[in-house]
Amino acid sequence: MIMVNNINIISILTEKTNKWKGDRNMWLSDLRRSESFFDTWREMDYLQREMNRLFSGEHLPFGEGYPAINVWADENEAIVTSELPGVDPKDTEISVEGEMLLVKGTRSLDALKEGERYHRQERDHGNFGRRVRLPFRVDTKSIEARYERGVLSIKLHRLEADKPKKIEIKTE
Amino acid sequence: MTDKRKEVTKREAQSSMETERTRNRKVFVPKVDIIETDSAIELVADMPGVNEKNIDIDLEKGILTIKGVIEPEHYKDHRLVYAEYEIGDYQRSFSISDTIDQDKIEASARDGVLRLMLPKVEPAKARKITVNAA
Repeated sequence: MIMVNNINIISILTEKTNKWKGDRNMWLSDLRRSESFFDTWREMDYLQREMNRLFSGEHLPFGEGYPAINVWADENEAIVTSELPGVDPKDTEISVEGEMLLVKGTRSLDALKEGERYHRQERDHGNFGRRVRLPFRVDTKSIEARYERGVLSIKLHRLEADKPKKIEIKTE
Repeated sequence: MTDKRKEVTKREAQSSMETERTRNRKVFVPKVDIIETDSAIELVADMPGVNEKNIDIDLEKGILTIKGVIEPEHYKDHRLVYAEYEIGDYQRSFSISDTIDQDKIEASARDGVLRLMLPKVEPAKARKITVNAA
């Protein structure tokens, strides 16, 4: 159920992107209806991506935002997943700078041999790179990355100093 | 590398009117490369998240169907806080015009990529028929 809700939020965001110019105030107010800590973070990330897109002027070979990513989180850790079938983990680079996670790499196709011809060529190839804002600061020493069945998953632990502190109220 | 912007979102499979799936899960159309040589047709399909054991290949009456069932990864104690892609099964069908030697079809899967080699049936040797004069 939670999953469905979140996907809906994203699709709302995407829809709003298309209407960015006209309805800017409208979607901001839509977002204000969201309640949690993660929603605020998501809003920030969205704005940032929007800014990147508007000012970078880059033509990305894969189109915007390849590969697509999902982020799972609880209070203490975040798991970033991405579908990257047929990628050599050696050609993939993962790094963290502050609250930003960077995933970049290359996806190469087998070169056509003599006598071979394409009927269809749909699979993505070339260089890719994503920059993702994490929901909190993470411990760069304990990042675990796995690549299984074409899915990359990166587990990041929240930095101890970033965890919320519980403050006890003393009573007399 | 191309400058052309590619569609990055997954394309959902159209549900057919005649058959309905028993599993209520989204089905996506896998992106494929199809390469032809003189002796075979090679099909490469992206099916991230699919285990090799859960891939089904079927060639019947010139229709090749590939299916991949995923084992969705759910992080029980975590919430999906940000989503750009959805997870689902894969299915796609192609009509194959060449005659394929069904016994020699080879399939392999690795890192979420299915590779299918469909060898063509060797054409029957031309036979010269002489017309006998009566």
